[in-house]
Amino acid sequence: MSTIQPRVEQPVSDELALVQAAKGGDVAAFEELVRRYDRNVFRIAQHITQNREDAEDVVQDAFLKAYTNLGQFQGQSKFYTWLVRIAVNEALMKLRRRRPERTVSLDEEVKTEDDSLPREVADWSPNPEQQYSQAELREILTRTIQGLPPGFRTVFVLRDVEGLSTEETAEALDLSIPAVKSRLLRARLQLRERLSRFFQKPESGDGNK
Amino acid sequence: MKCSEFLQELTNYLDGVIDDRTKSELEDHLAWCHNCYVVCDTTKKTIEIYRDSQLYELPEDLRTRLRSAIVSKCQQHKKTGPQSV
Repeated sequence: MSTIQPRVEQPVSDELALVQAAKGGDVAAFEELVRRYDRNVFRIAQHITQNREDAEDVVQDAFLKAYTNLGQFQGQSKFYTWLVRIAVNEALMKLRRRRPERTVSLDEEVKTEDDSLPREVADWSPNPEQQYSQAELREILTRTIQGLPPGFRTVFVLRDVEGLSTEETAEALDLSIPAVKSRLLRARLQLRERLSRFFQKPESGDGNK
Repeated sequence: MKCSEFLQELTNYLDGVIDDRTKSELEDHLAWCHNCYVVCDTTKKTIEIYRDSQLYELPEDLRTRLRSAIVSKCQQHKKTGPQSV
């Protein structure tokens, strides 16, 4: 079985120059950075907050915070990783404000029980996504990922949707590398389990071949 | 190799960050364990479906609006100094 091919963005060689110019007060240079990453920040924010208006606010707040704190960006990490860290924090603050009754933290320790052990092992249809209309598929995927705890959901989104490396994800979320790996595994297995209900082969009801 | 050991290595295996020896042990296991094969295959499909599905795309008009709001706040900050934000 082949490995997952990550969605790799081309390294942007002029990025450091843009950051330097923006540090010196060049708003147009900063606007170019916004143009490069606003879609990513919006997706991450919406995945965390699960609310469109909050995600719009997070995009504005995160970029403004990045601009005003550019002096603290040392260039040891990629600008994008640094920006994601700011955006995740802004998004978590929104989430906490909206749900004050529940503590929301990426550190919340999720049960170490084997809650991710596969129970559903029926094979899927060859092109499961084609069994549904675009709108139905979006609904299924959205509801399924929303059901994950925020700490798992965020790791999955950064690693598998946005294509950050394990190290970059750990840095952006202030987690250890083993914590990122363990959450990623459980997020992937839980999503798989939940999607199986929608995507399994119609004839494989008994689970045998 | 037991199924639980296979699962522990699943993420490293799918990401291709694994040494050759462990990889061949995992593939031996996959060759005879149908359940792990299905779990591995459907986990991979799960990742690919999410990666390709483009949930939450930012519409162009909203994008433009957000960007001009950001730029104007940055310009304001530049004029009035850091203490204003």
